[in-house]
Amino acid sequence: MTTTTLIRDPRTQFARTATHLLEDDLSTMLVLAEISARFFEDAIRDHPGRVVNVGIREQLLVNVGAGLALTGLRPMVHTFGTFLVERAFEQIKLGFAHQGVGGVLVGGGGSFDASLSGRTHQAPGDVALMDTLPDVVIHAPGTAAETDEVLRRAVAADGLHYVRVVEQTNSETFAGPGQHVVRRGSGATVIAFGPVLDEVLAATGDRDVTVLYAHNVRPFDTATFRALLSTPDVVLVEPWLAGTSARVVSDALRDVPHRLLSLGTRRMELRHYGTPVEHQRAHGLDPAGIRRSLESFLDG
Amino acid sequence: MDNLDRLLALMTGDEKHSRASYSTLDVIQVLYERVLDVSPDIVDDPGRDRFLLSKGHGPMAYYAVLCDRGFFPESWLPTWGTFDSPLGHHPDRNLVPGVEISSGSLGHGLPLGVGVALGLRGQGLSSRVVVLVGDAELDEGSNHEALELAAALGLDALTAVVIDNRSTSYAVPGRIAERFATEGWQGTTVDGRDHDALEKALAERGVGAPRAVVATVLDEEELAA
Repeated sequence: MTTTTLIRDPRTQFARTATHLLEDDLSTMLVLAEISARFFEDAIRDHPGRVVNVGIREQLLVNVGAGLALTGLRPMVHTFGTFLVERAFEQIKLGFAHQGVGGVLVGGGGSFDASLSGRTHQAPGDVALMDTLPDVVIHAPGTAAETDEVLRRAVAADGLHYVRVVEQTNSETFAGPGQHVVRRGSGATVIAFGPVLDEVLAATGDRDVTVLYAHNVRPFDTATFRALLSTPDVVLVEPWLAGTSARVVSDALRDVPHRLLSLGTRRMELRHYGTPVEHQRAHGLDPAGIRRSLESFLDG
Repeated sequence: MDNLDRLLALMTGDEKHSRASYSTLDVIQVLYERVLDVSPDIVDDPGRDRFLLSKGHGPMAYYAVLCDRGFFPESWLPTWGTFDSPLGHHPDRNLVPGVEISSGSLGHGLPLGVGVALGLRGQGLSSRVVVLVGDAELDEGSNHEALELAAALGLDALTAVVIDNRSTSYAVPGRIAERFATEGWQGTTVDGRDHDALEKALAERGVGAPRAVVATVLDEEELAA
């Protein structure tokens, strides 16, 4: 197996790991639509028949990936999340899910990496949209190392996987799927999905709460969540559309009277530019914003 | 009454239904009887030829041909469209042996076919990939993404057969063949009812470029006009 040297930036890491997977596993192919092609110059040179850049054609991008899967290959399909999931959603729904074939879709940019670019390049609804399909495995790695691990696992697995690769990162890496217990407490449970864990830890401070973290967003690890639940107060923090994961928490607690606060990006259009950190703050996902929401929810 | 007519009648319950009312029947019949290397015993063989029915509407002709070729039993036909039948009004590859893609939403077959052709090429397989589209289906812009890339990558395993029964609202005579040619496809236009002409056109594989066969199929009213 080709060893992958870990680096800090998840997108560069994605490209490096994907290139190594192309070298190690002949059942893989990579499909691009111009975006990130500069990260794959080595792969395009070394595996010309197994890396396809379809040009600026996102519908084709997804269906080419699905067509590869129909011949038994394991495609990796990549562009910005907004063009991959939102523009070409019917291609994902029919090309992959309805045909009954799998693949690994890697969406870049997330909710506000492209803070300067406006709504056209932002996909806060990608996870919610993918979650309308049956049996999709959704990953939101929070570090470059998690990106490496998640991509290798998704490519080795069957079925349809969506990997959300963004520039924002956590300081600590957690290996493996499922809910990781970051902190045990006797009060509420705060669930952080993907790269919001540092902000959640800063916001919860010395509060007596349990903090769970997962980069594996779907399927939801109900067993760990229920096993660790203390008081039936739950706070979800996810760096995409607020409420996206509310349904899985409700399902997990269908027999338990509970309270749920769902934090995430707000539904309204921001219509501001600036930096990702400013966008995070505008959505109330910075430590101060999360703390304010927690106080109002828990301390009433 | 030939066997396909009989099988069609099992679905329609109408023995007088003319085969002229099935625009795709002749093309699909010629492909399965004379052109493609695919049959029930090699239905999972990676090296089989692929037929992708992109225009999934009105799949009776497709079902009749598949049944006639032995892909599934005749007993499936009379109950098509019922709750437990594998045969819906759009075909599902997960339910019907021999069906390569589930279709119905227009504009997906050709892009999928490009992916299939690339996947076969990537695995060193020389199987052909024949995609049937309708003339009105070409309204969908997704086809044009596929059309351009297939030519750019020289996907000579790929053949698009366009059933031209002038069903698009904004038809321009000759435009379909011209568009494929402009993008670098090789191709020809034939009478979509003439089995020998269809066989000749479809048996030919593109050389260094994908191939388009426009099969003109006019209904009885148009022919009489």
